[in-house]
Amino acid sequence: MIEFEINGKPVSVDADPDTPLLWAIRDEIGLTGTKFGCGIGMCGACTVHVGGRATRSCITPVSAVEGTSITTIEGLSAQDNHPVQEAWRNLRVPQCGYCQSGQIMQAAALLQDIPAPTDEDIDAVMTGNLCRCMTYPRIRNAVRQAAAAMTQGNSDNG
Amino acid sequence: MANLFSRLRQSPDAAGENIPSELDLTRRGFLISASAAGAAFGFPLAGNAAMDPEAADGVPATSDGATFEPTIWYWIDSEGLVNVNIIRAEMGQHVGTAIARILADELEVAWDNVRITHVDSAEKWGTMVTGGSWSVWQSWPVYRKAGAAGRVALIEAAAEKWGVDPATCQARDGTVSDGSNTATYASLVAEGLQRSFTEDELNALPLKPHAELRLVGKDVKALDIDTKTNGQAIYGLDASVDGMVYGVPLIPPTRLGSSVNSVDDSAAKDVKGYLQTLTLNDPSGTVPGWVVVLGDTLMAAKRASEHVSVDWQAGEHAGVSEEDINARSRELIADKNYGAILPSDNPDSAPAFEAAADVLEAEYVTQTVLHMQLEPANATVFQNEDGIWEIHTGNQWQSLILPTLSAALEAPADQIVMRTYMLGGGFGRRLNGDYAVPAALASKALGGKPVKLVFMREDDAKFDSPRSPSVQQLRMAFDDAKAVTGMDHNAAAGWPTQVMVPSFMPKGVNDEPYDPFAIDGADHWYDVGALRVRAISNDLANATFRPGWLRSVGPGWTNFAVESFMDEAAHRVGEDPLTFRLNHLTAKGQNAGSAPNAVGGAKRQANVLRRVAEMSNYGSADLPADTAIGLATTFGQSRTMPTWVGGAVQLHVNRETGYIDVQKMWLSFDCGTVVDPDSALAQCEGAALWGLSMALYEGTRFEDGNVVDRNLGTYTPLRMIDTPDMEIEFVDSSEVPVGLGEPGTTVIAPAIANAIYNAVGARLRSLPITPDAVVAALKD
Repeated sequence: MIEFEINGKPVSVDADPDTPLLWAIRDEIGLTGTKFGCGIGMCGACTVHVGGRATRSCITPVSAVEGTSITTIEGLSAQDNHPVQEAWRNLRVPQCGYCQSGQIMQAAALLQDIPAPTDEDIDAVMTGNLCRCMTYPRIRNAVRQAAAAMTQGNSDNG
Repeated sequence: MANLFSRLRQSPDAAGENIPSELDLTRRGFLISASAAGAAFGFPLAGNAAMDPEAADGVPATSDGATFEPTIWYWIDSEGLVNVNIIRAEMGQHVGTAIARILADELEVAWDNVRITHVDSAEKWGTMVTGGSWSVWQSWPVYRKAGAAGRVALIEAAAEKWGVDPATCQARDGTVSDGSNTATYASLVAEGLQRSFTEDELNALPLKPHAELRLVGKDVKALDIDTKTNGQAIYGLDASVDGMVYGVPLIPPTRLGSSVNSVDDSAAKDVKGYLQTLTLNDPSGTVPGWVVVLGDTLMAAKRASEHVSVDWQAGEHAGVSEEDINARSRELIADKNYGAILPSDNPDSAPAFEAAADVLEAEYVTQTVLHMQLEPANATVFQNEDGIWEIHTGNQWQSLILPTLSAALEAPADQIVMRTYMLGGGFGRRLNGDYAVPAALASKALGGKPVKLVFMREDDAKFDSPRSPSVQQLRMAFDDAKAVTGMDHNAAAGWPTQVMVPSFMPKGVNDEPYDPFAIDGADHWYDVGALRVRAISNDLANATFRPGWLRSVGPGWTNFAVESFMDEAAHRVGEDPLTFRLNHLTAKGQNAGSAPNAVGGAKRQANVLRRVAEMSNYGSADLPADTAIGLATTFGQSRTMPTWVGGAVQLHVNRETGYIDVQKMWLSFDCGTVVDPDSALAQCEGAALWGLSMALYEGTRFEDGNVVDRNLGTYTPLRMIDTPDMEIEFVDSSEVPVGLGEPGTTVIAPAIANAIYNAVGARLRSLPITPDAVVAALKD
């Protein structure tokens, strides 16, 4: 049994230690918001947070996350109102939507690390996430909008 | 009535382009008269074979109390909820949002009260296909009339109740009023409403004038987006059925003609969760030589599959390469009697070439392109308690694959229902639903037990129906005054429609059938004197792989050739390419256009070209060295449904490395009425970037009978870092709305090739344009 926390809840998974975290999340735990695209860490559709870090779950063995805390798209915010999600809806980023869980998780991690990213920062980080519908212009704008909203929110709070 | 439905469904429109016609849809829509019955489609246990993308569980809205269902396309309940039935698949176009608003606008209801249902595959829905950029264009007349029928019925019911003349009443926001009385649609439906329309009555329905459209062309909330931001949207890969087992395919060495000699799974037996290995028996002939490894989890099946060894007898095309396919194309092009000649005002170009003072000739080549839709192919299949086979998957052309599934399952069509999930990308891949067949066969082998078959990315690539490689030879004849007198366009490629649905192929003027999807675009709107367009089916390509429809299909390669060639021709006669094009977009003869779809003809194409020239400052921009703007213009998908597109691309060429830095792209679209402005923009953004991706970054090649690039390590679509700024405009128009999913792809590659020539004088005639090719061209 491999134990860890997912979206704030403890889970134990009875899977082969080599099982990619992605499939443990999807098929064992039953959270299907995290997607499978390539299986080699090149598309980013499977991105989740492990200990707050954006992680490609398709190339992370489940044994490697023993004892960690994982967040998936389902747990990013209680009311689906993380500023990144809000920006994604405001700018109507998704087309088919299949990569967007990964895009949103990557963007949320980016803004945690770099609260006021430059356009170059955004391109450099987000370029690892493929969007086959090519929603890149809107992703770029949505990350900017989310960054502005979060900065504003933080200054309001403090 | 069932017979009529079957006939409509099985016989594609005999006229013109052989696409499901508006008339078919209209007939189907209204043969069912008004009734108070709720939505009773589907089968008892397959009742959930419809989807609402807005609902977290995907389950569509149900009606409350009495229901008014004036046509099969929607119902209104006694709470005023309007549920619109959508036969198109949602794959990123927000298609339900676009189509439902067409109906809601005529019906005069508030958008907040509208829900959509992506329907099951019951026969009553008629031909179900989502492709060709047809959805809005085909739905426009049908859903307008459907909405108007409801509005008229509700107004008449209110007028009768009040004892007034219906002409004194008007409807707005789901309420009828005559100045002194008001009644909501909800209350009128609750009181009971029966009304049916004859065909003539329907055609006589008053449609709203353009100026009174309140939802069309306006910004409304898209009904499929929220669930795509919180992980709730349900794709085929998310399908889950109690008791299902997982399957992973072992794909034979050739797409066609392989067979299994023997299977050895002894090494897999120790894998935890391994169940068994099936050698598929396929009466439909879709997946010859296939083996499926089953496990109690997907990973168990996957791990076990790595330990199963199969000895195959490969099909006869196991050694075929991209070069072989292209060599065959050249051989067929050289045989002047081979292929279909497309209609044009004068297809006999031979006299023009015989009398020519000068002839320009060039060959253009495009490489194989993969779909790489991000959700790999998958399907879940089982036989439910009522004996109905349920197919759970994402699909763009249900009507095409259901007969194949019927053959594979050896079950009648009415014993099969498909639930179409959200598509994790379509781009034409899921027009060919062949991936559901091995899932069905595996389930059938297990006596109907649920099997979820998932393709790993490499399997998806191997089993893709890629965009065929193409070879095109173009020639232009000039007289001694440098005037264009004739043009030949010979295009050879694998033909998806010939392979998949030959009955859809029209015949050329020489009575030879052709695949419009492999030649549209070559029959352009320029006045070039005689125009001989010859469409050539590459038999070697067709026998080696399943040529696919891929975003724009043929127009992706034909326009690369036509629009590069127009620049080459302009330079040959010493004219600016913009002037040269405008001088030949004269809108004469068949290029004058026709109602309702191509009003204005080539004049509208000239307009979008002028627009992008202005937007980009073409010809007067002061640009640094080795930097230039290139132009191109297309008519999107086909002459029967032209979406006029102008494109301009500014780029810089690094002469040392050959690296192309695309700095900005401008596009102008004239698609008639813009129904859904934000999604129209999104489709054009995505399509233009697909065009860029296929121009510079995407392409694979056949080697040993299959594609060499099978995952994103070596197959490299555009990413954010290479995404340029874009400026996109839509021409204000009240003409018929035509398609937008694909047209944006078609102008980018030629605009890039023309910009490279303008920047450094090198002409690139092969896609994708790689840095090595640029360096090589600069040395020539």
